[in-house]
Amino acid sequence: MSERMSRRKVFGLGAAGVAAAGAGAIAARSLVQEPPVAHATTSDPFPFYGEHQAGIVTPAQDRLHFVAFDVTTGSRAELVDLLQEWTAAAARLTQGKEAGSFGAAGGSPEAAPDDTGEALGLPASGLTLTIGFGPSLFDRRFGLAARRPPALADLPKFPGERLIPELSGGDLCVQACAHDPQVAVHAIRNLARIGFGKVSVRWSQLGFGRTSSTSRAQVTPRNLMGFKDGTNNMKLEDAALLRDQLWAAAPDGADWMAGGTYLVTRKIRMTIETWDRTSLREQEEIFGRDKVKGAPVGKQNEFDPVDLAAMKPDAHVRLAHPSGHGNAHLLRRGYNYVDGSDGLGRLDAGLFFIAYQRDPRKQFVPIQMALARTDPLNEYIKHISSGLFACPPGVRDAGDYWGRGLFG
Amino acid sequence: MSAITRLTAGALALAALTACAAETPAPGGSAAAKKPDKVAVAASDTECKVAVSEVAAGTSTFAITNGGSKVTEFYVYAPGDRVMAEVENIVPGLTRELIAELPAGTYETACKPGMVGKGIRNPLKVTGEHKALNTDAKLAEATASYKRYVKSQSDTLLVKTQEFVDAVKAGQIDKAKELFPVSRTYWERIEPVAEIFGDLDPAIDAREADLAEGEEWTGFHKIEKDLWITKDVSEDGPVADKLIADVKTIVAKANAAELTPLNLANGAKELLDEVATGKITGEEDIWSHTDLWDFDANLQGSKAAVQALRPVLEERAPDLVRTLDAKFAAAEAELGKHQKGDGWRLHDELSEAELKSLSDVINALAEPISEIAPIVAK
Repeated sequence: MSERMSRRKVFGLGAAGVAAAGAGAIAARSLVQEPPVAHATTSDPFPFYGEHQAGIVTPAQDRLHFVAFDVTTGSRAELVDLLQEWTAAAARLTQGKEAGSFGAAGGSPEAAPDDTGEALGLPASGLTLTIGFGPSLFDRRFGLAARRPPALADLPKFPGERLIPELSGGDLCVQACAHDPQVAVHAIRNLARIGFGKVSVRWSQLGFGRTSSTSRAQVTPRNLMGFKDGTNNMKLEDAALLRDQLWAAAPDGADWMAGGTYLVTRKIRMTIETWDRTSLREQEEIFGRDKVKGAPVGKQNEFDPVDLAAMKPDAHVRLAHPSGHGNAHLLRRGYNYVDGSDGLGRLDAGLFFIAYQRDPRKQFVPIQMALARTDPLNEYIKHISSGLFACPPGVRDAGDYWGRGLFG
Repeated sequence: MSAITRLTAGALALAALTACAAETPAPGGSAAAKKPDKVAVAASDTECKVAVSEVAAGTSTFAITNGGSKVTEFYVYAPGDRVMAEVENIVPGLTRELIAELPAGTYETACKPGMVGKGIRNPLKVTGEHKALNTDAKLAEATASYKRYVKSQSDTLLVKTQEFVDAVKAGQIDKAKELFPVSRTYWERIEPVAEIFGDLDPAIDAREADLAEGEEWTGFHKIEKDLWITKDVSEDGPVADKLIADVKTIVAKANAAELTPLNLANGAKELLDEVATGKITGEEDIWSHTDLWDFDANLQGSKAAVQALRPVLEERAPDLVRTLDAKFAAAEAELGKHQKGDGWRLHDELSEAELKSLSDVINALAEPISEIAPIVAK
């Protein structure tokens, strides 16, 4: 099988309902730089190359597999090699191709296949792969301490958090989003496999049911508490706001981060059972929104302007509102998660919160500090994992790789 | 922390009734018993001799003398273990008086040597004229009844916290460790009321993880860590002083607070949520592992609030009352399996399966308790 052969070409797409000719056209188009668009179908690929990494303002897909790695090699050269290998694999995987050049069945019968094979026959499914570098990567091991961006400052301890160290942090992270969970898991599994010996998986998280819209073409989804989440999220259509609040620029203190952004993850366990026996009035007062429509207190429709004064002083929406934090916005991109049940028969579930921003010190930190101190929602939630990563700008072309600006 | 503070205060306007409706003496010549000046109660470690088995409707005064060797308590229960009146912390050799306002009906008295279990019970009949309460008056009586409970609990909270604080300041680590779960019992029973007063609750009960960087940590759990982990309380004098001062403030505020029936309904639910969220998991008393003391106290506090509302619920939702009785009994029975001496097994001695059974009975109870608020608000 040729290296250029995509899964969709090899196996056809009868099941996905896309004509073979169309599939070829899309594959060709995807190599061209173009702004992300809201996709008409769930199988189309997003472009991999571009000014910014995909998976940030691209319309949020429905599924997530997020992974954090510890770098186990002490060699800077090995780390750079890995980033180059990963970049090449990501460029293929996001276009619906197999991880390696031989694929699941194209190599020697005596060799283990260089793709694990569980995504054979599936379309690209909107897969995006987004990499980030954690604060711990900037220690002495790789000579990066002087290149640590000021905005990648360790998060403070927030009141009430119960972080599990083994589920937090990491030298590197990769966010895989797709419309099909099998495709997202396939991508992370193959990247982890490529990394064996150089990196070790620290923790990972599956998510379903995106809890934010990142495009006005999308309806606002609901979190597991049954409320619409992310109504006032930054959207890819808000060009000026994104420039101001999302994308880092060279004058921010790290020139290699220009066009990149900073990622904060928080795994937020919900005590679903106690929430479910809370009265509707209290639930709506806590959020400051109508449960069914998502309308703010005193208003009729979801997108009606928020009247903060009409809400309880500690309503969630009010506490998080940009007006209380120097107009600080976050691009939220979270997912619901259910990790089965805990040993007590309680749903082990909640929100895997993901937020991108230009500077966490001015955006996530003050907002979360206000919420951690006074949000009545804290009675029903607990932050158990935390991650902070610098996501470099996009990969420009096949000669470029993730993090070249940092290591090159 | 509780959301009880968020409840719409005054959602139910209450007539400023006191609970003295039944104070009219029984008509002379009726079958009603004559009201003695005081009803003597002789309590020991094994007996609870109440001088009479019948009193007249209205106010009765009980004088309880503890002739035993264990600290005891005395209760008057209406059906369903609704606390009509109680006095806590009667130390050996002391006599304490209890004034109870009892409408006609059948009751039980109970002494609780060692302050555990169902106690030594005796029937008590109350006869005579009893002015029927209308519904609003029943709601008013519910809050008045619960306020009496808060009063009795907070009185003892002060006594026990003082003993705890004294032991800490005297560097008596073993004694302080014994007193830690006991003083917390009275706190945990009335915590939803305490939580109304904003910052005082965290000052008294914050866990280390509740704080932001640089915030001062005070209260029970700071001392808990020093007792069990650092094993050095020599620096804790100021923390101990602040704890008793904060407890005094909150007790004064709790007793002055105007409660609504919705406060009671939601407080009962909040207490079980506390169990489900923090006690079952062992997060509350992460060093001492005395979570089951708190668990039991939360359960009792929840029951006290529900039972204060019982006359209203009997009228409006008798089926729910039967469900609540059954679920409370099941929860108490499950918890009772872990009783150990005058206290409880430690959280880290319980198996996953035992914790799951406890979690199940709490969920089974909390669901019907969450139905009380809309019934009360009707």
